[in-house]
Amino acid sequence: MTEHQIVVIGGGPAGMAAAVAAYDQGVTDVAIIDREAELGGILRQCIHNGFGLYKLGRELTGPEYAAVYQAQVVQRGIRVYPDTMVTNLTKDRIITARNRQGILQIKAGAVILAMGCRERSRGALNICGTRPAGIYSAGTAQKFINCLGYSVGKRVVILGSGDIGLIMARRLSLEGAKVEAVCEILPYSGGLTRNIVQCLEDFGIPLYLSHTVAEIHGKDRVEGVTIAQVDQNRRILEETKRYIPCDTLLLSCGLIPENELTRAAGIPMDPITSGALVDEHRQTQVPGIFACGNVLQVHDLVDYVSDEAETAGIGAAEYVRQELHAGRAVNTVAGNGVRYVLPQQIHTDAGCDIPLFLRVTKPFGKVRFTVRSGEEVLVKLTCPKAAPGEMVRIQVKADMLAKVTDAVTVELEELA
Amino acid sequence: MVYDVVIAGAGVIGGMLARELSRRELRICLLEKENDVACGASKANSGIIHGGFDPEPGTLKAKLNADGVEKLYRAAEMLHVPYRRNGSFVCAFGPEEEASVRALYERGLTNGIRGMSLISGEEARKREPNLSPAVTLVLDVPTAGIICPYELTIAAVGNAMDNGVELKLNFEISEIHQEDGFCTVTAADGQRVQGRYVVNCAGGYSDRIAAMVGDHSFQIIPRAGEYLLLDKAEGSRVSHTIFQTPSKEGKGVLVTPTVDGNLLIGPTATRVETPESRQITPQGISTVTRLAAKSVPGVDFRQVITSFSGVRSSEAGGDFIIRPAAGSRSFVNVAAIDSPGLTSCVAIAEYTVALLRELGLKAALKADWNGTRENPHAFREMNDSEKDAYIKEHPDYGKIVCRCETVSEGEIRDAIRRNPGARDIDGVKRRTRAGMGRCQSGFCMPMVMQLLAEENQIPMEQVTKKGGSSNPLFGRI
Amino acid sequence: MKRSLVCIICPRGCSLCVEGSGNDMKVSGNSCAKGARYAVDECTHPVRTVTSIVRVSNREDTMVSVKTSVPIPKEHIFDAMEIIRDLTAEAPVHIGDILCPAVFGADVIATKDIF
Repeated sequence: MTEHQIVVIGGGPAGMAAAVAAYDQGVTDVAIIDREAELGGILRQCIHNGFGLYKLGRELTGPEYAAVYQAQVVQRGIRVYPDTMVTNLTKDRIITARNRQGILQIKAGAVILAMGCRERSRGALNICGTRPAGIYSAGTAQKFINCLGYSVGKRVVILGSGDIGLIMARRLSLEGAKVEAVCEILPYSGGLTRNIVQCLEDFGIPLYLSHTVAEIHGKDRVEGVTIAQVDQNRRILEETKRYIPCDTLLLSCGLIPENELTRAAGIPMDPITSGALVDEHRQTQVPGIFACGNVLQVHDLVDYVSDEAETAGIGAAEYVRQELHAGRAVNTVAGNGVRYVLPQQIHTDAGCDIPLFLRVTKPFGKVRFTVRSGEEVLVKLTCPKAAPGEMVRIQVKADMLAKVTDAVTVELEELA
Repeated sequence: MVYDVVIAGAGVIGGMLARELSRRELRICLLEKENDVACGASKANSGIIHGGFDPEPGTLKAKLNADGVEKLYRAAEMLHVPYRRNGSFVCAFGPEEEASVRALYERGLTNGIRGMSLISGEEARKREPNLSPAVTLVLDVPTAGIICPYELTIAAVGNAMDNGVELKLNFEISEIHQEDGFCTVTAADGQRVQGRYVVNCAGGYSDRIAAMVGDHSFQIIPRAGEYLLLDKAEGSRVSHTIFQTPSKEGKGVLVTPTVDGNLLIGPTATRVETPESRQITPQGISTVTRLAAKSVPGVDFRQVITSFSGVRSSEAGGDFIIRPAAGSRSFVNVAAIDSPGLTSCVAIAEYTVALLRELGLKAALKADWNGTRENPHAFREMNDSEKDAYIKEHPDYGKIVCRCETVSEGEIRDAIRRNPGARDIDGVKRRTRAGMGRCQSGFCMPMVMQLLAEENQIPMEQVTKKGGSSNPLFGRI
Repeated sequence: MKRSLVCIICPRGCSLCVEGSGNDMKVSGNSCAKGARYAVDECTHPVRTVTSIVRVSNREDTMVSVKTSVPIPKEHIFDAMEIIRDLTAEAPVHIGDILCPAVFGADVIATKDIF
């Protein structure tokens, strides 16, 4: 059996940053296992710009952002298993993987999960009607167009206003397709406001909020869709049904962390994030197994993925050196207006500042976040606005944490 | 060339008949209007091997179901089609349904079904803990089972082809001309085959095919059934196939594990216009979820990965129709094969061969007939060290294409090459499960298309989802 | 004249308000100097970076991703796409390689390495 001090599963932005950070801590026997031939993950098909402003101080396209980290991996001589798919992971960190050479068994001192996420499919959405060709998840269409150079449609309706859907609306428009509509079942978009401006408004594409695709038509190929408005309970309002002729339906209806291996290893999960329960080092509740990036929580920006991956990489290196702090642990709790808080557990006596990441339950105007433990207020933070599509980061100071012995709650109040 | 037998329709009935006939020294041609086999009712049904207690005694259905169960298990074994003898529970909710369930038990005895027993709701819940507390009496049918209907069809056709049967796809029959001793079958695009006998196994279209030789004696009533398929996370919610008490509205909604480890719930039963009416409707989805929750209240509907609809081919008389067209000795109808058609398919094939022989079909048995088929799942059934050794010889099996279902490039290439070869994306999916998992082909579709293009030596944009004009791509940018 | 804009310079997406015209424009709502510049540009001569793909002629089913080296006038986005559509590249291609110079004031450059 092969052994490595640290094995990173997944070679996207999270996996690369985690491997580099672990290596830079002095744990040099780090390996990345990736199912693709080349590192970079989904960034390789995200050819648009807007990456790296926070993390690297310049605006890059997805492939350029990936190349920055890929160069760091190569420079350090980090071992990469390309075209290799991990098929099993156990609690005691035995990895089974498969590639063209055979079945690999690898024993890892620490494991970092960085498998990313997948898109919600049509089946999971239960859209009525027929099953013709021409229904794509937005990311699949992106791969066909941007990596393989094929046209997927000429007249397109997009369901879901997540960022990938918005980006693809622009991409298809640039390639000469007519994007007839973007429908969003919620009363607000899950994408970044800048993307609504530069991907929809720039191209005159209508965004229909509180709308869904009620029915798909067409036998061989999509011939049209019926869209309709929905009420507060997401029920279709029959009288608002409207037929739009189109040859393609793109789905951008949310991302689901790919945690099959996490579950296989018996790692406890958070039902809200659909990722593992972790502490501030991004260590799961199974010692020596860490998680970061979109497999842990779906991020809004890759910059924050890299940040989180570095935290996990450093944590894994400390675990391997048996230096990982594990003292007084308390849980974090999502209070009023907050959907989840990550990490779900923090060590309050480590003498370090700890950033908390959270998402809000619905769009708010000006809000004040309060982080408290019992009656003790640890941080107050005011934001001009808050939306479910954007992650919020709140730094809690070490000296404040030192006082904490009970669960830490984050809540918000809307300010007039 | 004049074939001895031309079979119209490559569903499970046509496929199993082709296999049965291939035992003999005959030239056989199997016609299918779609781009693959098992594209009609054989593609989308409950996949249940019915115990045989349900059909009215004295009917063909009662006889062939009772005969068919063990014959089907044997054929599945020979063809390496996965099945499970998981048994079925027919549930009564309260005294009125208890009477119906007791009557079913009696009918089963009349039909010669063995091993059945009536058990209390309490006893049933001991064996099936997620069963509703409202169930009061259960008919336990241990001989019943589950099987994948399209895999069975693919295997039957593949085995028939291995034994010399010719399969013609995209052959949509538009005309049949009977003259002395043989029939000429013409397709919409002008292709033509001739056969001494024609057997009509055209499912939902069998009345139209019969009408082409002037037989208007029956009319197919298409009835759609909608289903929801749930992730493997829900696959062990029940181990038996859970039926509700049949009523005037049909057999009710069942909850069953599938051989692949998913959970299947459905179907509805809605009269539709045509056999193509395979729509998913909001009413269908809500009916299925409501009724499934009645039998098994704990089903987690968030785990639904896909919904589908199949159309059964019923007929007013209610029984299978297996008989020559009026006044003909060369055209045989095998029609109105709705439930328990899948269970009865081998028995139907044997019955039909006997009928053809009565009509004068003569042929010796082949000495070298091989009724077994290479196991298409041999690789996925290996343990890790066997897989390792196999990959070292065949590296394509080490490249995983479909990550949700762990399907390798080698298995997909096999599915394209092995009889009857997959020609489109859905064909690969039905043979290998690539694209059938959680992501529903989001990740593997480009690679599957590349393999289809490469193996068939066509450009990517000519690859289709399911034949015809179902091309996902519009060409290069 | 008063105009409301959403800043697209960074993911924060500040709501901007521009008052006045010509050389006398007042921007509010911005969190940084780039935002103020964006608001003025957007009201006078809006620009966008265009990203697309170019076929790699000597590799099968391979596209190299490209971008304009600087933002170009918004009204020329589709004209630039016409030019980019007609380009081909030959591997090896490296990030930063100029595939076409002087397209509405920008170069079309590769954003991916193709070996």
